[in-house]
Amino acid sequence: MSDFRGVDFFQLDDLLSDEERAIRDSTREFVDRELIDNRRIEECHRHGEFPRDLALKMGEQGYLGPTIEGYGCLGLNQVTYGLIMQELERGDSGVRSFCSVQSSLCMYPIYTFGSDEQKQRWLPGMAKGELIGCFGLSEPDHGSDPSGMETKATPDGKGGWVLNGTKRWITNGSIADLAIVWAKTPDGIRGFIVPTKTPGFSAPLIEGKFSLRASVTSELIMEDCHVGPDALLPGTVVPEGLKSPLMCLTQARYGIVWGVVGSMMAVFDEALRYTQQRTQFDRPLAGFQLVQEKLVWMHTELTKAQLVSLRLGRLKDQGKCKPHHVSFGKRNNCWAAREVAKLGRELLGANGVCDEYQVMRHLMNIESVYTYEGTHDIHTLVLGQHLTGHAAFRG
Amino acid sequence: MRIVVCLKPVPDTAARIKVHKDGTRVDPEGVKFVLGPYDARTIAKAIELRGAAGGGNEVVAISAGAASGEAEAKKRIKDALALGADRGVFIADPTPENRDPLATAKALAAAIKGLDGFDLVFCGRQAVDDQALSVGPMLATLLGVPCVTDAVGMEVQGSTARVRRAAEGRTEVVEVQLPAVITGQRDLADEQYPKLKEILAAGKKPIADFKFDWPATPAYHVVSLSPPPEPIAGKIVGKGPEAVPELFKLLQSEAKVLTF
Repeated sequence: MSDFRGVDFFQLDDLLSDEERAIRDSTREFVDRELIDNRRIEECHRHGEFPRDLALKMGEQGYLGPTIEGYGCLGLNQVTYGLIMQELERGDSGVRSFCSVQSSLCMYPIYTFGSDEQKQRWLPGMAKGELIGCFGLSEPDHGSDPSGMETKATPDGKGGWVLNGTKRWITNGSIADLAIVWAKTPDGIRGFIVPTKTPGFSAPLIEGKFSLRASVTSELIMEDCHVGPDALLPGTVVPEGLKSPLMCLTQARYGIVWGVVGSMMAVFDEALRYTQQRTQFDRPLAGFQLVQEKLVWMHTELTKAQLVSLRLGRLKDQGKCKPHHVSFGKRNNCWAAREVAKLGRELLGANGVCDEYQVMRHLMNIESVYTYEGTHDIHTLVLGQHLTGHAAFRG
Repeated sequence: MRIVVCLKPVPDTAARIKVHKDGTRVDPEGVKFVLGPYDARTIAKAIELRGAAGGGNEVVAISAGAASGEAEAKKRIKDALALGADRGVFIADPTPENRDPLATAKALAAAIKGLDGFDLVFCGRQAVDDQALSVGPMLATLLGVPCVTDAVGMEVQGSTARVRRAAEGRTEVVEVQLPAVITGQRDLADEQYPKLKEILAAGKKPIADFKFDWPATPAYHVVSLSPPPEPIAGKIVGKGPEAVPELFKLLQSEAKVLTF
């Protein structure tokens, strides 16, 4: 049984079903054994490596595409999916990112927009972790505003397409077997399943990251990349612009709302233990008022973030969750996780900058999580638009 | 082969335990109950010995209503089902505060006798809460079968089990004719955790209710319960070899653990 007992100030466990709790606990044990107890995540972070074999183990456990019905997936509810993301990110945001991208940004669009043939071809292997996906939307010059994308898909006259363009900040890119690529067609933005072995497709690694070091981040370069008619996701809607990719992002952002709760729990648990065990001026650090103030602040924000996640999850399971609800969760919880990680690092003093402890890794990871899938500011504007009816991010 | 695993929900060892206001038991309020670490190993061993499910062998998880209450006991049976047990049996206990190990052993024995035969019964060597270490041996007596305690490993061939058991300062290997009761140590098997589909499948496995006529009065009862004394604060007597004489002196005079 895991030594980590979670943080549950308001007895939220009472609001979970037996099955939800059992899956949370099992995932917690998985993370302990595969990442933390063997210090594997430290090694991966230090050397900038994704633990590739973990994809198969995650598939075996049932973590990949867990909300999908059929195709080797389990059809779990959204709260359970969130709890899995929470526990994976207690291990590491990069590992959770792998799972988010595979599940929400690749399997979800194939399941939602794909043909029966596409689902049969790709989903079972992705559920097992034998096939890895990546999601190409952001471009070097188009991050927060993807509508300006330059990647183009040109009809080849025989039903196929020729793709040209560059995508950037693509999780899993260099290890992927398939890429979900969004490109402008003469009719509007459509999604394509591009096998990464297709001539004209390459995915160089982005080197030198200080964050998400246990996760692969890449560019996708398409130069006259020719794909057949079976590459187009037929359900991607035109002329509604970005609706299809934004539907994917809403799924992934939902997972982040829960994921960063896991990061906060890891950081808070470590800071609490550390300050109780370390003595200065003949007293445990935890006995000082300034230290308690930080711990209480961290704990309060963590608890509030847990409440937001669970309510959001229940709304999503009831079909009542809107994109602005997800923006609220992503904005609040990532901000809280960033602040909690900073305070946790402070509480560990000089030890907090070494990878013997996990807090600095979480702090560095959160800088990416705060930024990707819609920055804090973009989600502020989404909420501003919801409240006022004015879209401040448009000209 | 039918293998029975007896389970008891126990307070999480990380929980802060309080004495109930009646002064004779642990207050279950706010305490998280879990599968005991010894029980978790016996389940793992039972699943290993059974082999693949559906092969004619089965693992039955049995729990009597304990201080945790019926809901928690059934959850722990579900834990065992998620880990691979085939079915569960629950023995409701309306007055768990009256319980003593003999009554528990009698209830388990009655439920096991109702199973249409058994080959192996596993108990954890002890429940980590009351540490009576007595249900397993008493259960064997009531079932009229041998009991091997403190197993750290075992194999079964035909109707014989070869069991390695931890004895003081040595390991014994014993052979025992089945059926038998085995109490398991931590080393009996590695603790497992379930895959998600096994957790989902556990929800569909049957848990039968077994009615037992519990004795109205316990064979023995707890008169009082008190928490352990507060640990005495540690003392740093120095660093390195130069601290040894002072440490030696204090171990003799204060801690009194050295008597020469």
